[in-house]
Amino acid sequence: MSGGKMLRHIQFWILAVLGTVLLTGCGSEYLVLNPKGPVAETQYNLIIISTILVAIIIVPVIALTAFIVYRYRDTPGNKASYKPEWAHSTTLEVIWWIIPIVIVALLGYFTVRDVYVLKENPNKEVAPMTIQVTALDWKWMFTYPEQNIATVNHLEIPAGVPIRFQVSADAPMNSFWVPELGGQIYAMAGMATELYLQADEPGTFAGFSSNFSGEGFAKMQFDVVAKPKDEFEKWVKEVKGTTPAMTKADYEELRKPGVTDKFTYSAFPEGMFEEIVAKYGHGHDMDYVMEKTPAPAGDKSSNETSLNMHQKTESHNMHGMNHSSMNH
Amino acid sequence: MWENIKDFASTFFVTGDPLIYGADVSIVLTIIAILFVLTKYKKWGWLWREWLTTVDHKRIGIMYLIASLLMLFRGGVDALLMRVQLAFPNVEFLHSDHYNAIFTTHGTIMILFMAMPMMFALFNMVVPLQLGARDVAYPFLNALSFWLFMLGAMLFNLSFVIGGSPDAGWLSYPPLSQNEFSPGPGQNFYIWGIQISGIGSLATGINFIVTILKMRAPGMKLSKMPLFSWSVLSSCIMIIFAFPILTVTLALLFLDRFAGAHFFTMDGGGNPMMYLNLIWMWGHPEVYIVVVPAFGIFSEIVATFSRKKIFGYKSMVWAMMIIAVVSFFTWAHHFFTMGTSASVIAFFAISTMIVGIPTGVKVFNWLFTMYRGRISFKQPMLWTIAFIPCFVIGGATGVMLAVAPADYQYHNSYFLVAHFHQVLIGGVVFGYLAGIYYWWPKLFGFKLDEKLGKWGFWFWNIGFYVCFMPQYALGFMGMTRRYYTYGWDRGWADLNLVSTVGAFMMGIGFIFQVWQIAYSIKHGERDTTGDPWNGRTLEWSIPSPAPFYNFAVVPQVKELDDWWETKEAKANGTYKEQPAKLEPIHMPKNSGIPFIMSNFWFLVGFGFTFGWVWMAVIGFIGVFACMWARSFQYDTDYYVPVEEVRRTEASLGRVV
Repeated sequence: MSGGKMLRHIQFWILAVLGTVLLTGCGSEYLVLNPKGPVAETQYNLIIISTILVAIIIVPVIALTAFIVYRYRDTPGNKASYKPEWAHSTTLEVIWWIIPIVIVALLGYFTVRDVYVLKENPNKEVAPMTIQVTALDWKWMFTYPEQNIATVNHLEIPAGVPIRFQVSADAPMNSFWVPELGGQIYAMAGMATELYLQADEPGTFAGFSSNFSGEGFAKMQFDVVAKPKDEFEKWVKEVKGTTPAMTKADYEELRKPGVTDKFTYSAFPEGMFEEIVAKYGHGHDMDYVMEKTPAPAGDKSSNETSLNMHQKTESHNMHGMNHSSMNH
Repeated sequence: MWENIKDFASTFFVTGDPLIYGADVSIVLTIIAILFVLTKYKKWGWLWREWLTTVDHKRIGIMYLIASLLMLFRGGVDALLMRVQLAFPNVEFLHSDHYNAIFTTHGTIMILFMAMPMMFALFNMVVPLQLGARDVAYPFLNALSFWLFMLGAMLFNLSFVIGGSPDAGWLSYPPLSQNEFSPGPGQNFYIWGIQISGIGSLATGINFIVTILKMRAPGMKLSKMPLFSWSVLSSCIMIIFAFPILTVTLALLFLDRFAGAHFFTMDGGGNPMMYLNLIWMWGHPEVYIVVVPAFGIFSEIVATFSRKKIFGYKSMVWAMMIIAVVSFFTWAHHFFTMGTSASVIAFFAISTMIVGIPTGVKVFNWLFTMYRGRISFKQPMLWTIAFIPCFVIGGATGVMLAVAPADYQYHNSYFLVAHFHQVLIGGVVFGYLAGIYYWWPKLFGFKLDEKLGKWGFWFWNIGFYVCFMPQYALGFMGMTRRYYTYGWDRGWADLNLVSTVGAFMMGIGFIFQVWQIAYSIKHGERDTTGDPWNGRTLEWSIPSPAPFYNFAVVPQVKELDDWWETKEAKANGTYKEQPAKLEPIHMPKNSGIPFIMSNFWFLVGFGFTFGWVWMAVIGFIGVFACMWARSFQYDTDYYVPVEEVRRTEASLGRVV
C-alpha cells in the first residue's frame, strides 16, 4: 500500500466514525444533542462549532501521523529522505505556533460571547417565572413562590416561558441538570445560584443530580414536565385544591437523609427558601438572593420588605456569631 | 470485657462483605509468605542493608516502580469492579456505599499512589544518569521522600480492611467529607495518607530542582540539557508551588473534622467552595505535574527511535515552561457551573484553551522529529506512536470542555470521565510505560520481551478505545459520573457493557505485562553494551545495569545529545580521546533514619485517623527524635577508592 492510498483509507475511516456518531447523535436518547429549549440550543451550537474547530486540527494531525509513521519506517530499501541533523525550521515552527493560536482565538470569541448570553433571560419577549430549587439528601424540592405551591422530585413548568431557577441546598453540594433544556448549575448550601431554562414545546424531560452527594445520589433523578400555559394554570389550580400544604414539620421530615417518592403541596411556609439560604448564609450571598427575589404575586407585596428586613438582621447576627466562634 | 473487645473489633475491622474477607485472607497469606521467604533464605540483613536503608537513587527508583505497579493493580481492580457494576446496574453486585468507596479509592490511588510514584520512579531512574551526576543533590532526603510516600500509601490502603474506606470522591469535597456526612475514620485515612506522602512529594520536587540546577556534568549548559530533564524541572517547579496548597487545604479540612473548626463547613461561617478553589489550585497543576514528564519521555524516545535530532528543541522547552506557568491559572474550569460571574468564567475558559497552544506545538515537533527520520517500532516507540492520536483526541475534548457554556452540559458527565481518562491514560500511563520500557535495560541489564510486550500493547490500546469512546456518547445521553446504578429505560446499558469489555481488555494487557516482566527476568535479551537502543544521551554511555556510582569519570559535555555526537565522532575518526584519570568517588552513606522516621509518621497518621492522640504524640516524638539524631550525624559520606572503581568497571567489561 502506498502512503497516499493509506492516507485516503484513514480519512475514510475517520469520516465513517464521525458520520456514525453524528447520525446516531440524532437518536432521542442523546439528550444533550436534542435541545428542546433556547439555552440547550445555544449550547448545542457551541458543541458543534467547537467540534468542527478542533477537528480542523486533529483530523489532519492524525492523518499526518499515520503518513509519517508509514513513510519513514525503518525498513531496508525505504527511499524516503533521511536527514538526521534536520532539527529546526523557523518558518515551520512559527506556523504551528500560529495555527493553535488562531483556533483558540476563534473558539474563545464564541465562548465568551455565549458566557454572557447565558447569564440573561433567553426569551426577552416573555417575563420569566421563578422556581426555587433545593437539593436535599437525596431528593429535589421545588418551590414556586409566584404560585405558592411546592413539589418534590418532579417539576412542572409552562412551555414557552423562561424559567428563572434559584438553586440552593440544605445538604451536601449537588448540581441541577436538565440536559434537553440546558446545562447545569451547582446547588450549594448558603447561597442561591441562578439559571435560566426554557422548554419551547410541551414534553417530558429527564432531570439529573450531577454532583455526587452520598449514598442515595444515584436515585436523585426527576422528570420535568412542560405543559401548555393554560394546562399549567389548570394544574396549579388542581394542586391548590387537592393536595396538602407543606408545614415546617413536613420540611424537617424531607430534610432527613433518604430517598423518597414524588410529592406535591398546595402551599409551603412563607419565605422558606430564603430561610434555607440564610440558615448557612454569608451576608453577601443573602443580599444577592433577596435583591433578586420577586414580590410574590398579588396581595403579598408588603411581605417582601418585612422578610428582607428580617433576613438582613439575621445576616448581621450570623456575622456576629462567626466572629465569636472564630475567637473562641 | 469480651463484649467490649468484640464491639471494638467490629467497628475497627471492616466486616460484612465477602470481597473484603477475601482480601483479608490474601493479605495475611501474602505477609506470611514474605516473612517466611525472608527468614528461610536469611534475607533480613540483605533487605535492611540493600533496600530499606539505601540512598542510591536507582534503587529508590526501583522501589518506587514496584510500589506504583502494585498500586496500578489495586486501582485497576477497583476500576474493574466499578465496570462490572455498571454493566449490570440492577444486579446489586456492589451496593451504593461500596461503590462510592471504590470510585474514591480508584481515583486517589491512580493519581496520588500510582501516577506520582511511577513518575518519581522515572525521575530517580533517569535524571542523575542523564545529567552525568552520581546521585541526586540530597540522597538522604530522597530516601525519606520515598518512605514517606510508601507509608502514606500503606496508611491509605489500610482503610480497605481497617476502619472503612473514604467514600466522598477522590477530592473529598466538603460538606460531604465533613463529620456530619462522613463520620468514621475513612476520610481521616484519606487526609493522613495523602498528607504524609505529600510531604515526600514536595521534598522530591525540591530535590530534583536542585539536582538539575546544580549537579549537571561540566559543559552541560541548560541549553544542552536533554528534554526529559527539562520536563522534570518543569514538573518540579509546579510541585513546589502546588503541593503546599494541598498540605494546607487538607490540614484545614482535618481541623474541621478533628477540632470542630469551621473552615469548610456549611454552617458557622465555613465556606465549602473555598475548599473547591484550594483543592483545584493544587489539583489542576497536579495533572500537568504528571503529564509534563511524559512529554519529556516521548521527546527522548521519538528522537532515539527515529535516529534523528529532536525537532524544535527551543520550542519544546518554551512549551513546557509555558505550561508550568499557565497551569496555575486554570483551576476554576473544574467548576464553571458554580454560578460565578461571567467575567470570571470567561477568564478561566480562555486560560484553559491557552494551555492547548504549547501542547499542540509539542505534538507538531514530535511529528517533525519523525519526519525525515528512520522509525523503528520497538516497544518504547510503539507506546509513543499510540500516544499521539490518543492524546490529540483527549486534548481536543479538553478544549471542548473549556468552552464554558458547553461545559455546563458536559460537567460531571461521562464525557468528562472519558476526557480525563484519555489524557491520563493516553498521556501519562502510555508515557510512563514507554519510559519504563526504554530505561528498563539501564536499570536491570536486560530488555523486556518484545513479543509478550506487543500483546500487552495491543490489548491496552484496543481496550482503551473500546472502554472510553462509548463513555463520550454516554455523556451526551446524560449519564452522570458516580451513579452506581441507572434505569434500563435510559438506553445506557449497551454502551456501558461495551465499555466494561474494554476495561477488561486493558486488564488483560496488564496481565501480559506482568507476565512479560516475569518472563524477561530469566529470558530477556541481556544488554551487554550499555547502549541497547543506540541512544543519544549520557545515560547510555555507561554500562547496564549502571554501577552504584554511575560514572567512573565525570563526563565533559559539549553538545546536546552528547553521547550521539561522541559516537558519530568515533565513527568518523574525528574523536579525540580525553585523558581520563580515575579519582576516589565521593558517595553518601546509607541510613536507616528515613525508614524509621516514616514509620513514626505512620503512627502519627494512624493515631489521628482514629482520634487516638496518645499514639499521634508518640509518633511525633519519634519523628523529632529522628530529626535530632540526623542533625548530629556527621559521618554521612565516604570515598570509593580508585581500586574499587577500577575493579567494578572491569567486572562490567569496561577498561578505565
